[in-house]
Parts: sequence; structure tokens; C-alpha cells
Amino acid sequence: MTARTLLTDARLIDPEAGTETRGDLLIENGRIARLGAGLAAAMADAPDLRRIDCAGRALAPGIVDMRVFIGEPGARHRESYRTGGLAAAAGGVTTLVAQPDTEPPVDDPAVIEFIARRAAEVCPVRVRVMGALTRGLQGRQMSEMGFLQDAGAVAFTDADRPVADPTVMARCMRYAASLGALVVHHPQEPHFARAGCATAGFFSTKLGLPGVPAMAERMMLERDLALVEMTGARYHADMLSTRGALEALRRARAQGLPVTAAASVHHLTLNEFDIADYRTFFKFDPPLRAEEDRAALVEAVAEGLIDVIVSSHLPQDEELKRLPFEQAAPGAVGLETLLPAALQMVHAGAMDLPTLFRRLSLAPARLLGLDCGRLAPGAPADLVLFDPDAPWVLDRARLRSRSKNTPFDLRRMQGRVLATFVGGRQVFDRAAEEAA
Amino acid sequence: MTSASPDAAPPDGAAPAFAHRRLLGIEGLSRDDVTAILDLADRYVAQNRRADKKIDALRGMTQINLFFENSTRTQASFEIAGKRLGADVMNMSLQTSSIKKGETLLDTAATLNAMHPDIIVVRHQHSGAVALLAQKVNCAVVNAGDGRHEHPTQALLDALTIRRRKGRLRRLTVAICGDVAHSRVARSNMILLGLMDNRVRLAAPPTLLPPDVGRYGVEVFHDMEEALEGADVVMMLRLQKERMDGAYVPSQREYFHRYGLDHRKLARARPDAIVMHPGPMNRGVEIDSLVADDIDRSVIAEQVEMGVAVRMAVLDLLARNIRAERAQEAAR
Repeated sequence: MTARTLLTDARLIDPEAGTETRGDLLIENGRIARLGAGLAAAMADAPDLRRIDCAGRALAPGIVDMRVFIGEPGARHRESYRTGGLAAAAGGVTTLVAQPDTEPPVDDPAVIEFIARRAAEVCPVRVRVMGALTRGLQGRQMSEMGFLQDAGAVAFTDADRPVADPTVMARCMRYAASLGALVVHHPQEPHFARAGCATAGFFSTKLGLPGVPAMAERMMLERDLALVEMTGARYHADMLSTRGALEALRRARAQGLPVTAAASVHHLTLNEFDIADYRTFFKFDPPLRAEEDRAALVEAVAEGLIDVIVSSHLPQDEELKRLPFEQAAPGAVGLETLLPAALQMVHAGAMDLPTLFRRLSLAPARLLGLDCGRLAPGAPADLVLFDPDAPWVLDRARLRSRSKNTPFDLRRMQGRVLATFVGGRQVFDRAAEEAA
Repeated sequence: MTSASPDAAPPDGAAPAFAHRRLLGIEGLSRDDVTAILDLADRYVAQNRRADKKIDALRGMTQINLFFENSTRTQASFEIAGKRLGADVMNMSLQTSSIKKGETLLDTAATLNAMHPDIIVVRHQHSGAVALLAQKVNCAVVNAGDGRHEHPTQALLDALTIRRRKGRLRRLTVAICGDVAHSRVARSNMILLGLMDNRVRLAAPPTLLPPDVGRYGVEVFHDMEEALEGADVVMMLRLQKERMDGAYVPSQREYFHRYGLDHRKLARARPDAIVMHPGPMNRGVEIDSLVADDIDRSVIAEQVEMGVAVRMAVLDLLARNIRAERAQEAAR
């Protein structure tokens, strides 16, 4: 392969400028060298050039997925860096940010080194790691954040486990602030959330499922926002899902606090009625919400109150899903379905493609201090080529993830990734794969 | 000796209602379904009062009572119902402790299915577990109570009791009192009584009501006496002891004072109001012994009798549908 690749006749999605234009893009030494209209004509005779005809399809900066669980170390049977990496590449995710709730957890620099080595060996996309906020994710003592940061941790979080004790949280945030580190938290009041597996309301009542009040999210977020005010730490809510929390976030933003938030693609596209018939593939933490909450969340993504969209990729054993609803494990795989599912919002007219990629690529990259997420000369050539309109039906057996727990099985999807590039190297080619 | 089951077909020759292969809840039943079950159950009440109680409606059929949660009363009721209909009845009581994971539930389902039972009666501590099991077996399934979700045969036996005592099952005012939040009995009853056009009132402290319960179309009261005003039926629910230690209500004695049914509170109901309880009762907690044992008001023992008849009716109707299905398959 030559060091130069020219992608011609693409619909260039630029989330920074907020534009989409027809043009070409030149990759040189793993980076975007030039882009724009007329580039292909000017380079018609250039030698040593691999040319790829995009045929008018969309080309955007690769997705930076901030919330991914990979089971290494400790749970490779759920997802390995190889399978997770294949899924990411097929989904247009060029950087996956691994959660620290592995076994052992990422509370020791050696674990980050292990992950970096494994990823380099077998994973076709870039891997970044969040470190544990507290030792053993126990919510009691702070982790060695400095060492973890030196080893490459891009942020600190206890993943799915909220830090209940405000004293501990305040100290972690103060310390993180001194490192300039980003604190990521799962804002669910754990005393409320512990017993429940569905959003408290008439629907949970009818199903006879113990409910978590939607307020559990706003309560914990409000506490965290108060702590941000106290400590000055940079804070990111890992997944918001309720209207009440959005209003709290809006107030904090207006106040000028350094807070950001993500929403998972599942909470943006599904609602509580999907758990009818006790379908455990629709069990999430936080649980799916009322339709009004989902609609408010989409609006928040469109206007930018929600900065980031994540897949919240959580592979689970089939056995852990084939249980009564209360006992079943929450979560779904999402790396491969993140973009097609998120495109629903574009097709519904809620936002345009540059806005969507601001949330999928640019904003998370900026938040984590990564150079990617942009479609600009000098940026890494991490790219996704996709057909936003291509219809297809999802067959979960064909997912590349080791685990197949998707809520979208047999769903009609619209929009499909055609090719993915990481540092200029093509890591996914649908046409070649389908020909094989 | 009667050897055939009573005729469930309506006298005008219309198709018999209840064309179901399973009974997972009251939700999904029509008024005609409920009426068909109750009409047939009425005949079994008469039958059960005779010396020779046995018929052969389920002869050759195997019924398994699969109880993941202990319930001596419900299990006994289903066992007697099956045996009186001539089924081979097997009881399996699986202690919670030996069921660590739900995959055992599906494994158990697959194992039992391979033994070709015709009807499985299931009780499970988790909502939706019976529906999950029903997906994995070919036979008829009866929900004998799943978590906080539904307990359809309890609601049906309550309905039969009310209909026999009040002469109708419509336009009655029924007060359901106590721990609605954790009660599958209350949920099934709210659906059934609403379906049949009755006025349902709930009386409970807010801590024992599930979220948005008013959307069942019921009136919610926190004052028990107000809820009982003019009621035709007072239906008490069991309150488990571990919920009275300050977790959901301050204490047993405060609960009894405010929500326990005694003659003083009952005086607000109609003079001919009946008192019901699904059992087992906590005397002195949710119900005063004087009320529970008042033969003029309490129909608690009668509910148990109706339970056997209603379960016979349900099993019989399911068996008819199984046989009809098999006849159709054979004809093909």
C-alpha cells in the first residue's frame, strides 16, 4: 500500500465548520493532507496514489466512542480487543475508550500497559482507557490518578458504579482538578437505583417490576454539580436520560460550570415501552425512560446541551440475559449499531450530519484531549465512509462482537458503514468483506 | 357418577369463550372469557359439594405444579383441582435457595417439557418469569403468581365469590386495602374488576402504593374509612412482617390503627358488605380477628372453596383447547 490515498467524490462532513460539501480528500502519512473540491482533477496524473471512489457517499471523522466495555482483562468471553476492535471498525468507531471496570479494574498503571499491549497486537482501531476514580471501584479511597494519567488514562470514572459518599467524591474531584483530569461519573443515586430495574411509573407498576424513580438521576447530578462548584473539577456525566437532569445541566451550564454530558444511543432511540413482555435485551442501566424523556434527550443532543453520544457498549453472556427481568444483566452491545441507530435522528429531521458528528467524533475527542474528530488538514486520517440512507435488516448472529446482546435484532436500519480508516490505514471494507 | 365435564358452551350455541392455551394474567382476557370461566366454575362448586367429586375431564393428562416460591394453599388448591378432574398431578417445590440463577428456570422448563406434560402451573418470585418459562414449553401454562405482576386465578376466585354473594359482578364498589405495591393479587383484581365495570377504590399509605397506580382507573385513598364509605366489597391484602418495621410503615400497631380492618371501620361500608382476604391472614395486623371470623361478613373460607372450583374451570377449559388443537392437527 502506498502512503498516499485519495478519496474522491465524497460528501465531506465537517463537524467543526458545520458543513457538508462535495469534494475529495487526500491522506498522506496517516494524516489528512488536503481536502476540498477539485482535488481529484488536480491530481489526475499523480503517481503512487491509491484512489477510492466514494461515489457521493458521506465521509466523516471517525467516531470516538467514550463508553465501551471490553472484557480484557478478566472477561474475554464477553468481548476481547480483537472482537471489540472488529465491531468498532465495522461501526465506524476509530477510537474506543475502554471503561475501567475490568477484572482486575484499571486502578493500577500495569493494567493500562497490559491493555495498550493487547490493543496494539489485535485491535484494528485506536484504544484509550479511562482509569478508575477510586481504588477497586469501591468508592472509598481515591486511585493513583497521577500514575494512571502518566500511563495514559484519558479520564477517571468508576464506570457503572456511582460514588455514593460525597466526601470521597469531593476529594477525588479536588485531586483530579489539580491534575487537570476529567472526572466522569454515572449520576444515579445508588440507594434509589439499587432495587429497581425499570423507570418507576405506571408501566413498571403494570409489569410488577420494582421501579427506579427518574429523579434518582437528577438527584445525583445535582449533587455532582454542587461538588463541581466546590472543587472546580472538570466533570462529565456519562449518560443522562431524563428531562429533570437536563434542566439541572442547563442551569449549571448557564452558571458557567465546566460540565459536559453524554447520552447513549439506546436512550435516544428506545423508550420504556420496549421492555414490554419482559424483554431483557432492552434492560439498561439507567433504565429506558418515558417517550417524553427520550424526545427531550434528542432535542438536547440537537441543541448541544448534550455534548456526546456514546454506544455504552456492554457485551453480556446470553445466559445473563435469559433470566427473569429483575435478575437479567443490563446493557447491550453497541459499537456496530451506534452510527446506524444514531442516524435515525438525522432521518427524523432532528439534526443534520455535521451536528451528529460533532457529538460522535469532535466533542468527545476535544473532551479527552485527542487530536482526532476533525476533517481538517493535519488531523489524523481517522475516517468513516458511510451511506446514510442504505436500508438493511440487522441479524444479530452477524455482529462481530463476541456477545450478541443487541436490542436491534431484526430491526430495519437505515444507514450503513462502507469503509473505516484509522491513521490512513483501511481497517474495514464492506465491499471486500461481502465479496469474500 | 358424572364422568363428563359440565358443558361450558353458552345455551344459544355460540362458540365457547376462552380460546386460550395459557393463562398468564387477567390482562388480555375479555369479559366473555371471564364469564365463561366463572360460569363453568359455578357448576364445579356444585360438583365439589357432592360425595363423588371426581370426573375425567383431564383423564390421561399430566399436570405439573411447579412452585419456585412456597405456597401451601395455592399449590394444594391446584393439586385438588387437577385430581378431581382426573389428571395425573405432580408437585415440584423448588426452594429459592436451590435456584441460584434463572437459567435453572429455563433448564427446568426444558427438562419438564421433555416429559410431555399437558399443563404446567407455575409460581415464581419474579415478575415475568412465568411468561419466560411459557416461551420455552409446548404445553399449557397457568400463572399461579409471578412476582408482583399477576395472580389471575386469585382474581377469578375473588370474582366468583363476589358474583355468588352479590348476585352480580358489575357496578359494585370494591375497596382494596393494604399493601398494593407488592401485591400481584391487587393488580389482577384491579384489571378484572375494572374490566367488568366495577368501581375500585384503593386504601393504603402512599408508601404501599406503586407509582401511578391511579392510571388503572381506580380511586386512591389514604384514609381507610373514606375508602370504605358505601363499599359493597372490602378486599384486604396481606402485609408482610418485614415491611412493617419502619421500612414502609412506622410500626405494626400504627398500621393496624390506621389501616387494619375492624368493625368500627367496616361500619362505614354497606351493611351487607362482604370482607375478603386472599390469605394467609395476619390477624391483628391488617385484619381484626373479630372481623375475620364474623360469619355474617367474612367470606374468607368461601374464597378457598371457590379457588378449587375456579382452578378446575381454568384447567378444564385449557384441556378442551388442547384436545381441540390436537384433533385439528390429527385431521390435517
